[in-house]
Amino acid sequence: MNRNAQPSANPPETAGVRQALLRVEDLRVEFPNRRGTLVAVDGVSFHIDPGEVLGVVGESGAGKSITGAAVIGLLEPPGRLARGRVLLRGERIDGLPEEAMRRIRGRRIGAIFQDPLTSLNPLYTVGRQLVETIRTHLDVTPIQARRQAVALLQEVGIPAAEQRIDHYPHQFSGGMRQRVVIALALCAQPELIIADEPTTALDVSIQAQIITLLKRLCREHGAAVMLITHDMGVIAETADRVAVMYAGRLVEVGPVRDVIHRPRHPYTVGLMGSIPSVGRRADRLAQIDGAMPRLTEIPAGCAFHPRCPRAIDRCRQTRPDLAPDDRGAVACWLYPPPAQPPEAPHA
Amino acid sequence: MPDPRGGTTGGNALLVEARDLAQHFDVSLPCLARLLARQPRRILKAVDGISFQIRRGETLALVGESGCGKSTVARLLVGLYTPTRGTILFEGTDLARLRSGREGAALRRRFQMIFQDPYASLNPRWRTHDIVAEPIRAHRLVAGSTATRERVDELLRQVGLAPADGEKYPHEFSGGQRQRISIARALSSNPDFLVCDEPTSALDVSVQAQILNLMKDLQRAYGLTFLFISHNLAVVRHIADRVGVMYLGRLSELGDVSEIFGRPQHPYTRMLLDAIPDLEGTGRPRTPVAGEVPNPLEPPSGCAFHPRCPWANARCRAERPEPRSAPNGSLVACHGAEEGRLP
Repeated sequence: MNRNAQPSANPPETAGVRQALLRVEDLRVEFPNRRGTLVAVDGVSFHIDPGEVLGVVGESGAGKSITGAAVIGLLEPPGRLARGRVLLRGERIDGLPEEAMRRIRGRRIGAIFQDPLTSLNPLYTVGRQLVETIRTHLDVTPIQARRQAVALLQEVGIPAAEQRIDHYPHQFSGGMRQRVVIALALCAQPELIIADEPTTALDVSIQAQIITLLKRLCREHGAAVMLITHDMGVIAETADRVAVMYAGRLVEVGPVRDVIHRPRHPYTVGLMGSIPSVGRRADRLAQIDGAMPRLTEIPAGCAFHPRCPRAIDRCRQTRPDLAPDDRGAVACWLYPPPAQPPEAPHA
Repeated sequence: MPDPRGGTTGGNALLVEARDLAQHFDVSLPCLARLLARQPRRILKAVDGISFQIRRGETLALVGESGCGKSTVARLLVGLYTPTRGTILFEGTDLARLRSGREGAALRRRFQMIFQDPYASLNPRWRTHDIVAEPIRAHRLVAGSTATRERVDELLRQVGLAPADGEKYPHEFSGGQRQRISIARALSSNPDFLVCDEPTSALDVSVQAQILNLMKDLQRAYGLTFLFISHNLAVVRHIADRVGVMYLGRLSELGDVSEIFGRPQHPYTRMLLDAIPDLEGTGRPRTPVAGEVPNPLEPPSGCAFHPRCPWANARCRAERPEPRSAPNGSLVACHGAEEGRLP
């Protein structure tokens, strides 16, 4: 069903008529410090349709987690939203008072973080945490809430849920804990789930179980997902569309197959080439020399130009904006926005 | 193939051999508390009887999930632990007999280790130059500070850094550059054998590609032999010549990289390969294997994998399988594979 979401990538960011579930416009997150202001996220715009899985990839420091935190209003001070808007079904949710934001978090937007041990309270049984969350957001009696909690634990694949519900987080293994966190995120039937590196702390065999579970549950509950990860393999398995971030900016957005098999931005091309594959063995991996710039020294123009093999003068001077076209959107001067109908590409 | 044992120049000479290697940790409560709680001793068998050989110039990779004992093997080989049982032979010499003394030091020069976390494995108070020069000084490999400096500059260039970087402290470098410093330090004593414990898992993919390429280049240039520990099968496929798959302290399968990935024999290897999210398999439906790695303090009877194995039978539950040669040349520890009853 969420496969149907793919055509929506074609008339992308400009098609504001149909309502997206989440729309982020020109987001800018700043961290002021004594020496000046660090810009962690700069001019990021994207949308997520109902029921769609948007993967957000990038290397550490690219700003993907900050983007996720900004959407759910969990930026840690001194970080602040300096510009831009976050719209949930057309309503602005950035800058809401804390109390109103708390009602949205959990009820309409669920969150799953990397380390399940830090998202669970070690002093309460998982049942108490589930019941509390359910009763905060839904009008049910404690007995109904507990029944729902048991059903949720069964749904996320925890064996003997009736007994396990009274256990503490430390009595669960890493994979089981992450299942509890997923149950917690889903318990108020949110429309959107923000999953920040949900499988990174897990072993491969457990990782596969969690990905499959997350995919199935979100489909069944009709929840859209913003899946933040550095693992392209996880994205390939899970996402409908992908947004690639570099140095706080979006460099490419498109359907998952296109971005993986026909990447366009030179950074995405390099990133895909540098991933070793289990399917085939290459003698050498493609490599992007250098490293992502620190936030204090983001170069002028395109942030990727010092590492880009195809950089031209324009890249050093002027920053390219994310330009939507028929396949998605790229922020690169090699792909100028189609002023006239796009011609057949030669490269 | 003739095997010139102990030869130092032969292309296929055996460099390192582990025989029935085991490392057990006593994780019991302190003595008095244990008596009061009436608990028996608890022994964690982190590595429990594994054997392998590494030939000169090749890369053996050990893969497995966390807790399978792969890092313990790495630490055993470089002498950070004394094995509970078994022997490690380096060019046919038993390492246990050479731990101390001049001969031991001469041998230790030929072993180096690269650790996972380049933030924790470099002394933050030392300049890069001193970090890289330490093994040179410790083993008195060159005489005089000028010669040392020249050697360090050369090493820094080899790993893709500039000689001027020698004046900087570790915090001034990114993760990938720090791992280059670790490699330069490891190379500074002219080792034959490098033990690399997850050298790229703390790095971003684009940086990981740089480090893997560098390691392959250095291996070719200096004829280095690697033991490469990783949980990432894609990385292993890329770098290894032979692969050992570990599960709960035992080798479940050991074979050439093409066989492990092309014709995996052991059900656990198949499961691991099936579980990896891969770029090729966009949207591919997968059949995740149920269950988790059991508690190593109470490993299952018989084959440790039997609770998760779809083909386990009574024999698997009762009798521990030993590694045996499969028709494709791999060593496989599986009753099912041996009896030919796996699909």
